[in-house]
Formats: sequence, structure tokens, C-alpha cells
Amino acid sequence: MRLLIIEDDRDAADYLAKAFREVGHIADLAADGEEGLAHALDGQYDVLIVDRMLPKRDGLSIIGTLRAKGIETPALILSALGQVDDRVKGLRAGGDDYLSKPYSFSELLARTEVLARRHGGREETVYRVGDLELDRLSHRVIRGNGEIVLQPREFRLLEYLMKHAGQVVTRTMLLENVWDYHFDPQTNVIDVHISRLRSKIDKGFGQPLLHTVRGAGYMIRDNK
Amino acid sequence: MTTSDAILPRERAAAAERSAPYRNSSPQSGSDDTRRRADLGAEKETDGRSIEGKSFSQSWVARVVAERMAAAGKLLRTTAFKLTLVYLTVFALFAAVLLAYFAWNTRRLITEQITETVDAEIQGLSEQYRQGGIRRISFAIEGRSLRPGSSLYLLTTAAGERVTGNVGALPTGVLDNPGWYETAYRRVDEQDSSDHDALVRVDQLPGGFRLLVGRDLEERERLFDVVQAAGKWSVAIVIVLGLAGGIFVTRRVLARIDAMAETTRTIMQGDLHERLPVAGTGDELDRLAINLNTMLERIEALMRGIKEVSDNIAHDLKTPLTRLRNRCEEALRAAEGPTQYRAALETTIEESEALIRTFNALLMIARAESGHVRDDMVVFDAGEIVRGIGELYEPLADEKGLRLEVETPAPAWVRGNRELISQALANLVDNAIKYSASAENGRAEIMLKVTNQGERILLSVADSGPGIPAADRGRVLERFVRLEQSRSEPGSGLGLSLAAAIARLHDGELLLGDNRPGLLSVLSLPRAPAPPAA
Repeated sequence: MRLLIIEDDRDAADYLAKAFREVGHIADLAADGEEGLAHALDGQYDVLIVDRMLPKRDGLSIIGTLRAKGIETPALILSALGQVDDRVKGLRAGGDDYLSKPYSFSELLARTEVLARRHGGREETVYRVGDLELDRLSHRVIRGNGEIVLQPREFRLLEYLMKHAGQVVTRTMLLENVWDYHFDPQTNVIDVHISRLRSKIDKGFGQPLLHTVRGAGYMIRDNK
Repeated sequence: MTTSDAILPRERAAAAERSAPYRNSSPQSGSDDTRRRADLGAEKETDGRSIEGKSFSQSWVARVVAERMAAAGKLLRTTAFKLTLVYLTVFALFAAVLLAYFAWNTRRLITEQITETVDAEIQGLSEQYRQGGIRRISFAIEGRSLRPGSSLYLLTTAAGERVTGNVGALPTGVLDNPGWYETAYRRVDEQDSSDHDALVRVDQLPGGFRLLVGRDLEERERLFDVVQAAGKWSVAIVIVLGLAGGIFVTRRVLARIDAMAETTRTIMQGDLHERLPVAGTGDELDRLAINLNTMLERIEALMRGIKEVSDNIAHDLKTPLTRLRNRCEEALRAAEGPTQYRAALETTIEESEALIRTFNALLMIARAESGHVRDDMVVFDAGEIVRGIGELYEPLADEKGLRLEVETPAPAWVRGNRELISQALANLVDNAIKYSASAENGRAEIMLKVTNQGERILLSVADSGPGIPAADRGRVLERFVRLEQSRSEPGSGLGLSLAAAIARLHDGELLLGDNRPGLLSVLSLPRAPAPPAA
């Protein structure tokens, strides 16, 4: 995955580039808005990581200009302004995701990978992971030879996990995409939902599919 | 034309007198006047203070003069005083015009009356002459002259020799031609007295005799004098009263505005507790003062909020930051091997996450309290939110052995920010689960419901945990307050204050009550009109 990081804080940018390279991605850096826009217009990137407040040209304006020129490279906005209304503003300007500072790298990585995949991948009707199968049209979930009955929310949770099978999905991503809440519930309610889901899809089967990724989130994956 | 000549200078003098007050009201002469008065006052004062020496009294005079000049200048610059002057001028002019019109009309009326009388008399006397000749007319004139308040008569021959009449002396030439004259005359019986003015008609009788009949104009002149005097006085009174009234009103208004300006200065210097004086008259100045006071209260509340936030940040973020730092230092000093370093780093991340969470909650509260989010409020069914939050927390409650019941009987429309209200409710449910689970006794049930109560929509969360003592209920809404028994539970201590701030943002409130046993927390929001069915 090829990334462009537009961030004026040198340390933060270097740290991010290093971290992305460590997990096998290619990361370019731009230190101000104009340079960032030039790079984004030239290069073929999978995802742009854009700081909101930049010298010369702010992040939202970069994304707006790109979208106006028909360039649809997914963009993730990083911002110190983390409140609901700022988030909405960022997404309205053409951003695809929004992460407020301070963030954990695992959260950023998970979101970036999801963005990159979304851009390339296609929406399937049936998701399959190992012997688990989810039909989005008939709303049926089958594992092995038996059907698993899920509550509507459990279905959507599993759907989201399976859509991003093989990728880490963080708790915040689940809360935002499955429940559409953008606040931080003090207790980890998501964990309980996951363990319920796990008891329905994994219990009694030899091979667990739903995994907890320590310090990051969850992933559905066939280990074989 | 002697009479009109005599009148003209008088009119000029009156005009000069009338215009005098206007001259006086110009700023320059006004302050001259003030200085003169101040000098007078000072002289008197000097007599009384002769012991204290001359230099003192001189500086005192200078100061008083300066003060009075400043006061007069300020008075003259005010809008109220300028308006008073304009009204005063208009009113004085109006009074003068009215009087002039009245005088002119009366004069015309009197002249007309005199003319008619004289015409009638001449006609009567000519008749007498025609019937009885010179003897009869002379007899008639003598008879008429004796009546009190008689007209003026003079009968002469063609050569101008006097036959009879009560007019003694006349300027020469009056009798030469027939017609109307305004002339000076003297009566026969008043040798010593001065000339009078009269309006006379000279007529020529057949046979060369000349007949003069006239009326004294004293009455008309007297009336004119009266009107003139009245005019002078009324204009003078209008000006004096108007000026006095204007100064009185302006002073009063000025005093209040000065008081306001003074208070504003104090406030600008940083004392936000000051409030503008309100006279209680309900006039526009009062309304202005009340509005400004309300504004000040809001500003003060916001400032207080900011101060509290910074105080709390200082206190409650520095403590965990210190702990974090200590952990790191300890790891550097004492950790052996990668496992221990790793463990230390993991705790560090956990702690920093808790810090970020606290920080975000503080920012949220500050945001909600500043009213910034008001722009994107929509009307929605609060029942949706209650069901959503119920669904989100049900597994957690279940895991802790609690039953979470949700009751949303009818649509309950509220206007607000869906996200924020969800968060407020989530905080309340989170609290309920946390404390119910730790309580050993009581029913293990949490009730989440929406009720329509008149103009309010109540979103209530009832648990059967330990509850909050009535005395502490107000205090727990403050930031970072955590009661003794809850210190062991994880949490920032900001959940309830955030919920309360969100309620206030929506013109609602967070009420804490007794669920016997347990806590009943209610988000009371104003009911919104139902949106048109889409």
C-alpha cells in the first residue's frame, strides 16, 4: 500500500512513516499544504493521510481541490479538533475517515487498510470466511451445515467484520460503523457484544474465526 | 406717518432683546457666562476664607472654573441637550408667530372699527349740515364733543379758521385735502399735555367748510404694547423653563449614563462581578442596563467555566501525569529484561488512554457549555435513542447479572443533537450498570424509559444500586466529584457533569432522585413539535 502523509509536525510525520514502513507499506511525506496537494495530484497513492491544520493550505482545502478535479483517492483526516461537528465538517469536505489526535497507531493502521481495501475491493453479496458464510440479501448466516440465528445488530456486526476479513477492526470503528455512535462509551461495551457474537459463531466449532488482536481490536480470519 | 416711525425703533429693540437669549446659548458665550458667575461666587468665597490666603483661593477659582466649564461643555455636547435646544427654538418661534398674528389681527380689527365709526359720524354730521347749515352742524359737534370717550371733531372754514371742535393743534397741511390721515394732535382742553396719535378723516362740506372726524389711537397703541410685553415675557419664560427643564432632564440622563460608564470601566478592568445600575423605571436606559447585565452574567458564567476547566485540568490531569511519569522512571531504574519493559510500556499506554479520555470529556463539557453545537440540532424521537442505548448496553448489563428493561411507549419528539443526547444517556446507563453491579442487595434491574410529561420529555434511568444521598446529589454534577464509595470504580468522574452540561445545552436539566432503593436519573428536555410525516 502506497501512502502520502501530509503533516507539518516533522516528528509525528517521521514516526508515522517509519511505523507504516515497518508493517510493509510505502509512505511519502509532505510538510505543507501546497506540497501535499502537488504530490497528491502527481503520484498514485492508495490512501492520503491529511492533517487538518497545515501551513500554506489547510487539509480540507486539499481534499476539496482533489475531489473537484475528480481524484477520488481515499483520504483520512487527522485533527486535533475531535468533536462531532468538526468530524462532520471534515467528512462533508470529501474526507473518507476522520481520526482525532492523539490516536494510536494501531487505530490509524486499521483505518488506513480498510480505506485502501474499500477503494479497490467490490461489494459482494455473500461473504465467506472458512466455513462461515453470510448472505447479505437473505440475511442468513451459515456455519458448517447449520444456520446460526443472529439478532439484527449481531448480523451487522458480523457483516462488518467479514467485509474486512483479514484486517484489524478497532472498537471505535465498530462503534462508528455498526452503531453509528461517535462518542466514547466509558466502558468497553463492544467487547461484550463481540463475546456474544463469538459464542454464537465460534462455540462448538473446532476452529475459532473471530480473533482478538491485542492492543488493537478484532479480526475475522480463517487460520488455515 | 409719525406713528409708524415711532413704532419701528421699538420693534427693533424688542427684536434685539428676543434674539439675546440665543446668543447666550452659544457655547462660547455660555462658558463666558459661567466664568463670570464662577468669578462672582469666588469673590464671595474669598471673603469667607480670607485667612487661608489668596493663592489658595485663586487655584480654587481656577479649579471651579475648569470644572464648571467642563460640566457645561459636556452638557452642551449631549444629544439630549441639543434636542432640548431645538425644541426650545421651535417652541419660542411658534409662540412669537402666534402673538404676532394675534396682534396684527387685533390691530386690523380696531382700525376697521375706527374707520367705520368715523365714516358713520361724517355721514351723520354731513346730514346735519345739509338739513340745518353751519349752525346745526356746529351745535351737533359741540353736543357730541361733550360725551365721554367722544371722537375728535374739528370744523374749519375754507381758509382753515376754526369754527368748532375739540381738536386744538394739528400739524399743518392735514386739512388741505380730503382723505384719511394718521396724525398727531392735541385736544383743546388739554393745553399742557403732549401730542396724541389719531386716525382722522377730512371731508369737504358744500360751502367750503372742512370737517375732520377722528378717533384717538391710544387704545390701539396700548393693545400693541400689551401684546409686545406679553410676547417678550412669554418667550423669556419659555426659554428659561425650557432650558431649566432641558438641563434637569439631561443631567438626570447624564448622571445615569455616567454611572453606567463608570461601572463599565470597572468591568473592563477585570471585575466581572460588577453590574450596571438599574433605576427600576423600565425605560430604555433600564432595558439597556438589564440586557447588558444579562450579557455580563453569561460572560461571567463562561469565564467561570473556563477557569474551572483550567483548574480541573491542572488538578486532575497533573496527578495522573505525575503517576505516568513515575512509572516510566521506575521502569528505567528497576526493570530487568524486555518482559518488564514491555509491561511498563503497556501500563503507560493504558494510563495515557485514560488521560485522553478525561481530556476529551472535559473538552466535550466545555463545548456543550459554550453552546457551540446548537447549530446542527434536529427534531427526532427520543425513544429511538433510548432503544439504541438500551440495545448497546443490554449485553453488558446481562454479563453483570442485571436485567436492562427499555420502555418507549409513544414517540417523544425532542430537538437536539442526537449524538450528544445519546452520549448523555449512555453515561447515565453506564453509571447505573457500574453501581448496580457492585451492590449486593436489591433488585438486579435497570429501567430505561421515555415519558411525555406535559411540555417535557423525560428520559429516565432507574437502578437499584446504592443511590446517591440527597445531600450529595447537587455536588456529583460538578466536574471530577466522585463520592467516597465510588472511588474504587473506574471512571473519570465526568460522566454526570457531561450529561448535565448536555442537558443544559438543550435547555433541559439533569435531575437526580431516589428510586428507593437506587438512583433515578432523569434527563428532562423540552418537548418539540412533531415533524410533519415524511
